[in-house]
Amino acid sequence: MTPRRLLALLALCFAGLAPLSAGAEPRTLKLLISSEPPQMNSAKATDQISGMLLGHLMEGLTRYGQNGELIAGIAESWHIDDQRASFQLRRGALWSDGKPVRAQDFVFGWRTVVDPKTASEYAFILYPLKNAEAINGGKLPPSALGVSAPDDHTLEIVFENPCGYFLGLTAFPTYLPLREDFYKSERYGADASDLLTNGPFNLTRWVHGASLTLDKNPQYWNADRIHVDRIEIPYITSDPNTAYNLFLDKKVDTLGISKENLDRAQADRLKMKAFADGSVWYMEFNFRQERVTRNYHLRKALQLVFDAKEYVSRVVGIPGTKVGVSLIPAWVPGVNGRFRVEFPLAPRKTDFAEAKRHLELARQELGGTIPPLVWLTDDGPAAGRQAEYFQYLFLTRLGIELRIDRQIFKQRLAKMTAGDFDIVSAGWGPDFADPMTYADLFTTWNDNNRGKYKSEKYDELIRKAQSTSDAPTRMSSMAAAEQVLLEDVGIVPMNERVIIYAHQPRVSGIVRHVVGPDPDYTWITLSD
Amino acid sequence: MLRYTLKRLGAGLLTVYFIATATFLAMHFVPGDPIAGNKAMRPEIRQNLERKYGLDKPVSVQYVVFLRNMLHGDFGISFTQPNRLVNDIIKDHFPVSALLGVLALSVASIGGVLFGSLTAVVRGKLTDRTVMFFVILAVSVPSFVFAALAQQLAILANAGAGTTLLPVAGWGSLRHMLMPTLVLGLGTMAFLTRLMRSSMLEIVNQDYIRTAKAKGLPTHRVFFSHQLRNAILPVITVLGPSIAAITTGGFVVETVFSIPGLGRYFVQAVQQLDYTVIMGLTVFYGAFLVFMVILVDIIYGFIDPRISLAKAAS
Repeated sequence: MTPRRLLALLALCFAGLAPLSAGAEPRTLKLLISSEPPQMNSAKATDQISGMLLGHLMEGLTRYGQNGELIAGIAESWHIDDQRASFQLRRGALWSDGKPVRAQDFVFGWRTVVDPKTASEYAFILYPLKNAEAINGGKLPPSALGVSAPDDHTLEIVFENPCGYFLGLTAFPTYLPLREDFYKSERYGADASDLLTNGPFNLTRWVHGASLTLDKNPQYWNADRIHVDRIEIPYITSDPNTAYNLFLDKKVDTLGISKENLDRAQADRLKMKAFADGSVWYMEFNFRQERVTRNYHLRKALQLVFDAKEYVSRVVGIPGTKVGVSLIPAWVPGVNGRFRVEFPLAPRKTDFAEAKRHLELARQELGGTIPPLVWLTDDGPAAGRQAEYFQYLFLTRLGIELRIDRQIFKQRLAKMTAGDFDIVSAGWGPDFADPMTYADLFTTWNDNNRGKYKSEKYDELIRKAQSTSDAPTRMSSMAAAEQVLLEDVGIVPMNERVIIYAHQPRVSGIVRHVVGPDPDYTWITLSD
Repeated sequence: MLRYTLKRLGAGLLTVYFIATATFLAMHFVPGDPIAGNKAMRPEIRQNLERKYGLDKPVSVQYVVFLRNMLHGDFGISFTQPNRLVNDIIKDHFPVSALLGVLALSVASIGGVLFGSLTAVVRGKLTDRTVMFFVILAVSVPSFVFAALAQQLAILANAGAGTTLLPVAGWGSLRHMLMPTLVLGLGTMAFLTRLMRSSMLEIVNQDYIRTAKAKGLPTHRVFFSHQLRNAILPVITVLGPSIAAITTGGFVVETVFSIPGLGRYFVQAVQQLDYTVIMGLTVFYGAFLVFMVILVDIIYGFIDPRISLAKAAS
């Protein structure tokens, strides 16, 4: 039987069944998500998928524009100084049930976030507000939070400390408003009917584990700029091959391409795009008392044999990936332009002779031998390739044995926190568009400093940057702190991540955001 | 009969209790931190979360609370979907897995009995060898390979026809169910085919078959009334656990075909150390398996009059 006949036979078998789609369709963007949004309560959401959906369903004081710049959202205008901020809210912004969005909704939303009963993981992002940390620690009532609404359209904020990047925070999902008369702590955001929205789209249907439908919100104050009627998410699967097959079958409009599918995508001549997602990846050393990686010369030797360029091309293997040179990546804004351009770093070179010299010094200081080092990492295929590369590199160049400890996500986190490693392959994605989202990572008071790196100079420089909102002072302090960290070999930057994706030709205008809800489909147009 | 059933149910409940306890202990002794996120938590935020999930109490207290809630049919709220009850997750997603499982098992058992009998009848012939070759293939090749192949076929068919004949993935219509059902049922079908075949071959040489033939019964009556009826017993025996396995073990198929079943939630829960979901689903699955095995034992008595349950009980 020829393939054509086989197809005809198959067609005959299914002739009795109605076609899957019929009638005049609204302009619909079809998407696939890798996992179900855990919830859509903005006070508690922490993951990328919930964040992406909330970015389409909700609007905060500000939001991100097409070029990643902050634009007005519910707030029309604002004034921010070192002590306080004031936002004027637009008239005409409505909730999905038709009631106006009021300043009191922000007050309630923010108080809910810092209320210990909410147990919000991201409560810390509101800590620039007066008393937020004390309230979250149970020492003050939520009503003591430094935010108030003198009238329906004015929001007044009092800061705990000057916060030079506060405006960027107002676009963060945790800063979204919640309406008190609708909010039920346990159920809010669990289903489409348990969610009240005020953004470009409304959530009209949510079948758990299966599909979501977002319809254009005709009441949105800026509805004219939205050119799609519906965003349909009919598939939820983490299987990259299924995603790929659905894209080929034209059932979805966009596709994230994993390294495993890269060759196939090239063979299928998919038009691929690269997006640097703003995350930076590095080796983090353990500085705890009993660990050999506490020794400067050992870390220096490891750093000197590592060639980030070779690593990016041979191990990461995703076109467009940037070589890691610093903790603060290339995209971050500085005083006027890019931080990295304003505060350049001297290029790092491999030097095997110098590495050997440092290794010898390390040996002397550590009593003659270097024990095998434990490399803690994830259980994914990329993590495996990476670990084996370093195992080979350190063994052949320095004679240092690397023991690979691959763990599932939660267990890796537990081991990182417990300090059960010598080197951990770690990464960091930004929360807001300011170098501080990276710069304070290795302070002694930051719980993300899992290697317990400790430098008084570094701490002092970060404290200095945190105590003012004067941009030049802040930026130069952070640049100096970063220099200290790199000179100490507190970390060895490896790469800045790039994500490869494709979309059907009928879609244009997908905006990718390094910070804020990503991808942003509110700017797209569909050509059919 | 009633006494037997009650006794079995009592033993079943005890089994479920042990499953619950073992899961609870295992959960609290595996390394890893259920509430850790990508970004480190400040102590006060951690405390708030621990309080919310009762993790701030000693393990013994947590155990008592867990058992008490379980008796009330309450498995708590999920850690990863913090505004959904575990009960809701079961309620929303078990029916999907069950439907898929029942469909797959129907295909598997009908196919298994059919092919098993067929191969036994034509033993050693080309048909037998061909079917058995595919049986070995279906037993050895993992389901995700078949799933991927099926998707490729669907893409080709859809592209060729210019319309959607077979959906590549998704759930909702009968058409969506076709490929996952076949892929999920294939392994079990192959297994049942082998079981049925050997069972049939064993019975062919029994005295009562020879007697039936000697009595001059027509071949089809010998086959249906004597051979098939007796040979099917081992198949029924494995059907109980198979129902449980197939309705719960569809994780791969559910992921590949983007089906909102319970299996996916279970595996995700294990990966993310979602204590409440793991414990809730394990107890639920455990109870389901125990119930199915008891049910099959009871059905057994009806099918095979030689098996007297009351006598067995005494």
